[in-house]
Amino acid sequence: MGDREPLFSTKNIKLLKEPLGTNNPITVQVLGICSALAITVKLKPSIVMAISVVAVTAFSNVIISLLRNYIPPRIRIIVQLTVIATMVILVDQILKAFAYDVSKQLSVFVGLIITNCIIMGRLEAFALGNRPWPSFLDGVGNGAGYGIILIIVAFFRELLGSGTIYGYPVLEKIGLYKTGYVNNGLMILPPMALITVGIIIWVQRSKNQDLIETH
Amino acid sequence: MKSFSNLYIFIFSSIMVIIVAAVLSVIAIQLKPHQDMNIKLEAMQNILTSVRVESNKKNAEELFKKYITDGYVVNPEGEKLQGVIAFDVDLKKEVAKIDKIKKYESQIQERRESPFKNYISGFINFKTVDKKTINSMIDKANFQRQLPVFVCEKEREIYYVIPLWGKGLWGPIWGYIALESDLNTVYGAVFDHKSETPGLGAEIKEAWFQEDFKGKKIFKDGQFQSIEVAKGGTDDLNKYAVDAISGGTITSKGLEDMLYDCLVSYRTFFETQRN
Repeated sequence: MGDREPLFSTKNIKLLKEPLGTNNPITVQVLGICSALAITVKLKPSIVMAISVVAVTAFSNVIISLLRNYIPPRIRIIVQLTVIATMVILVDQILKAFAYDVSKQLSVFVGLIITNCIIMGRLEAFALGNRPWPSFLDGVGNGAGYGIILIIVAFFRELLGSGTIYGYPVLEKIGLYKTGYVNNGLMILPPMALITVGIIIWVQRSKNQDLIETH
Repeated sequence: MKSFSNLYIFIFSSIMVIIVAAVLSVIAIQLKPHQDMNIKLEAMQNILTSVRVESNKKNAEELFKKYITDGYVVNPEGEKLQGVIAFDVDLKKEVAKIDKIKKYESQIQERRESPFKNYISGFINFKTVDKKTINSMIDKANFQRQLPVFVCEKEREIYYVIPLWGKGLWGPIWGYIALESDLNTVYGAVFDHKSETPGLGAEIKEAWFQEDFKGKKIFKDGQFQSIEVAKGGTDDLNKYAVDAISGGTITSKGLEDMLYDCLVSYRTFFETQRN
């Protein structure tokens, strides 16, 4: 979670927009890295993961926000965890029933959304102190901020590692393999996801100098 | 910050747990038929793929009825079992039986190698594990085994589809292998996995890997041989091996073991069926 100040903004739009750019959970707050490394091998699971995380953050934010005056502070972490776990099991069950193929690809990582620090971070930092609607927007914004990075990383990893985009063999179609090009096997492995995230952070901070820490 | 009494905390958490449990159970029960249907449709699609019939979710059931004309369960002696439906056999349990038998067999092996250790362990356990009891336990476990077979009829040819189940690197792997009517030549194979590494072990479900199995043979000079998943590659002339996946050694090995373990039990059935 870090010692970052909680997001307080009168404009609801700002709640949605900030996590996408200047306050991105992955590249700026550096949260939720673990799952970003695991499921970004291919685009399709990343997109489904992004949607699932948006749903979980948004709805658990709303539920916690609705209950915020009734939750005893001493057991608030357990309550948050219960709410998140319930939402995640719901998402998992729904995927298994209606998007079986993708749910198989994501396998354990849907369940592991529970451990995604972004969600709990938002509940602690935002939903516990705000009304349901802003909490909902905050959840959607943060989920989407996480999702966008997943999709960017997955795009490069799939393209360079497997030579496809969303399962479509792009590199084969443009005939790159005939010139002796070979897919980079390292892109498939988790370390390259970390390096890709690192590059995104680098690009973002060199474009937006305000994000660079001064110390 | 408001303070809450202990009683409030207890009541709050109890109500929360009850609500959560109720919501989740209702949802799980509601979605169960959909989920089971998905699993069944997938199995049907896999069986159809193994006999080279293209299918999708919508027409899988219809095509399955059209091509898969029969399904029955046999025991290791090759005799058909009555009253068991091929689709209902839990392969996971069947493979657990194989593991159990293997464990007994290794016990016999151990007895032969270290009679002293066996004497001690027999003494401590107050159980006299002599060879005869172990053998009878093996027979018992074998007797309980259920081996499903799906019979496919396509363009006047008969194919036999055998379901497979085994261990990969991170979790279970499974598949179906279709044999031609000589019960020796592989007509097609399809594999799937729960959680193998994408791009490495997970490649077993890709067509390029499965394609390799077509035309391979499982019997060599009348002896059961199975198919080796060869590290370092093989050539088309070798009828008993396919290329392993580079970087997916443990999954490849697991697949090889799965093929052997699942198919070897059908040996007698294949032989009687052939005559």
